[in-house]
Amino acid sequence: MSEANQAMDTPAKANLTTQAQQLTTGVAVKPRTLVGDAWRRFRKHRLAMAGVIILVFFTLAVSLGSVPYQSYLVGQLATSGMPVPQENPDLRVLIDHLDFLNLLVAPNSVHLLGTDDLGRDLLARSLYGGRVSLLVGLVAMLISIVLGTVIGAVAGFFGGTIDQVLMRITDLFLSLPAVPLILLTVYLFRDPVIKAMGSPEAGIFIIVVVVVGGLAWMQTARIVRATFLSLKEKEFVEAATCLGVGKVAIMFKHILPNALGPIIVAATLGVGNAIITESTLSFLGVGFPPDTPTWGRLVTDGSQYLSVAPWLALVPGALIFLTVLSINFLGDGLRDALDPRSRL
Amino acid sequence: MTQYILRRVLIAIPTILVISFVIFAILALAPGDPLAQFALNPAIPESTRERIRASLGLDQPWPVRYVKWVSSVSRGDWGISFNTKAPVLDLVWQRLPQTLQVVGLAYLIAILLAIPIGIISAVKQYSFFDQIGTIFSFIGFSVPSFFTGLVLILLFAVNLKWFPIVYKTVDGSGWAGFGEQIRQMFLPVTVLVVQQTAALTRFMRSSMLDNLSLDYVRTARAKGLKDQTVVLRHVLSNSLIPVVTLVALGIPTIFAGAIVTENLFRVNGLGALLITSIQNSDTPVVMALTFIFAILTVIFNLIADIMYGLLDPRVRFS
Repeated sequence: MSEANQAMDTPAKANLTTQAQQLTTGVAVKPRTLVGDAWRRFRKHRLAMAGVIILVFFTLAVSLGSVPYQSYLVGQLATSGMPVPQENPDLRVLIDHLDFLNLLVAPNSVHLLGTDDLGRDLLARSLYGGRVSLLVGLVAMLISIVLGTVIGAVAGFFGGTIDQVLMRITDLFLSLPAVPLILLTVYLFRDPVIKAMGSPEAGIFIIVVVVVGGLAWMQTARIVRATFLSLKEKEFVEAATCLGVGKVAIMFKHILPNALGPIIVAATLGVGNAIITESTLSFLGVGFPPDTPTWGRLVTDGSQYLSVAPWLALVPGALIFLTVLSINFLGDGLRDALDPRSRL
Repeated sequence: MTQYILRRVLIAIPTILVISFVIFAILALAPGDPLAQFALNPAIPESTRERIRASLGLDQPWPVRYVKWVSSVSRGDWGISFNTKAPVLDLVWQRLPQTLQVVGLAYLIAILLAIPIGIISAVKQYSFFDQIGTIFSFIGFSVPSFFTGLVLILLFAVNLKWFPIVYKTVDGSGWAGFGEQIRQMFLPVTVLVVQQTAALTRFMRSSMLDNLSLDYVRTARAKGLKDQTVVLRHVLSNSLIPVVTLVALGIPTIFAGAIVTENLFRVNGLGALLITSIQNSDTPVVMALTFIFAILTVIFNLIADIMYGLLDPRVRFS
């Protein structure tokens, strides 16, 4: 009986062991990580994925994509337009190149997106403007996120009077009329900043980024403060303190990662808002100098030719719109993906 | 409750003072000179310029000027425009009706659209209607208002010629004047409606969704109430609480949003006045307008807080 049992058991047992091994190795090879889970959830958000693709495309286009287009445009201009005098002109030269043989032409094979009233190539100008607009959005967002995170972390961690004072300041900033104040500060202070920076473009860039970022950190500060308030009394913080971890390390290495999800979402949406604010400033004539073709500026200039050359205003306007729309979809997707409560 | 309101008002007063101080300091410390236009004029010698400067009170240090400004504003005197020599308050009263008409009408339409769309989107979550609504509201708050404006101008004013491009102050009396007024308000109002409806719809929808999953809704359904009653009586009234506060909070921002619309359509309202005054270094007008925007923000924050307390019995005032 026992012999028969053993004889029957052995192959079955061996089979089970290999199965178990296969199962465990399978698990060991593919551990599920936090980021992996988030990515799995994110991929299901089709609009967010579309947003990522558009944003990656735009970023590549304004950075790497301008190089092949430059040589294409120079070649086309040499055969059927006013040739560019320089040998290897960069984008900054090309956006100011006047093609008097092609004034206000519709999109064609020489000028893929048409030209403006001075024969300047709209695609070249849009590529250059894209660099400015995207950079303004990113840097302004970085400023507001860093400010908001530090203020929120300090307020939530130390509490007491510091918290009271910082939160009063936050409330005060929330009651400031943002749009009029941004208009005012940029208009009034751009000349000294331009002088200090040496070039109009760099000067306006600095002031726009600082003012826009400096008036957008309040939401982040509140999110970070709330996380710190709820977590600073938890056991893992106590344990870290017992091990002799410094205050700064506890704040930024142990507590802050718990607020990373909402911060990332706020950062994403912040880029979109900064791009809209910058383009609005340019549109009202308060932003970048007239010879810097940001997307907002291109819309303003193009709006004068709305009936004869509508693409001049519509193309850069659509670029702003598509970028911000993609960013907002991305933010929405990240919100769902980074929320640990949401299920797969 | 009275005590709570009193305390909030007492906090609001120093807030307004600090904000006015910040704006005043920005204007005073800025390098521009309001008399710069006279410096190039050979007919006005240096001594006259100094006299003008003294008559405008610009020869004193700015903290002194700030104290004087506060005391005169508290007496109802907002100063005199450098540019038009008219009292600032008169200018504001002249421009206010146009802004209020456009902004007020737009906000009203936005609210009337957003509430039903939000309700339907939430009740039929993930339905075709909800998905279309979601996409439209994302479009609404991703599109810069000057771009919506340009597209509408191109479509309805340039191509179809249904509406005028430029807003004129018309004689609003009689039916013809009324019709003309409606026609020219259509485009600027639509731009603001697109922007505002988007945000309000999303908020209404998520507020409804928060409430729809709560226990009291199940209880109401279990009692055998009609679906319509549950949604419109029980869920809607609770969902409207945060929406009402958002509506109050949004009023100052829509005034700021009108700056772009007014410049695009040449509506001679407060936003257009702000831009021209900034460009002309007309400090008293800029100060007054920015300060009015700030007061609006503080007051509507206050109203939102108080309304939240009145509408939501769970809020305790301790």
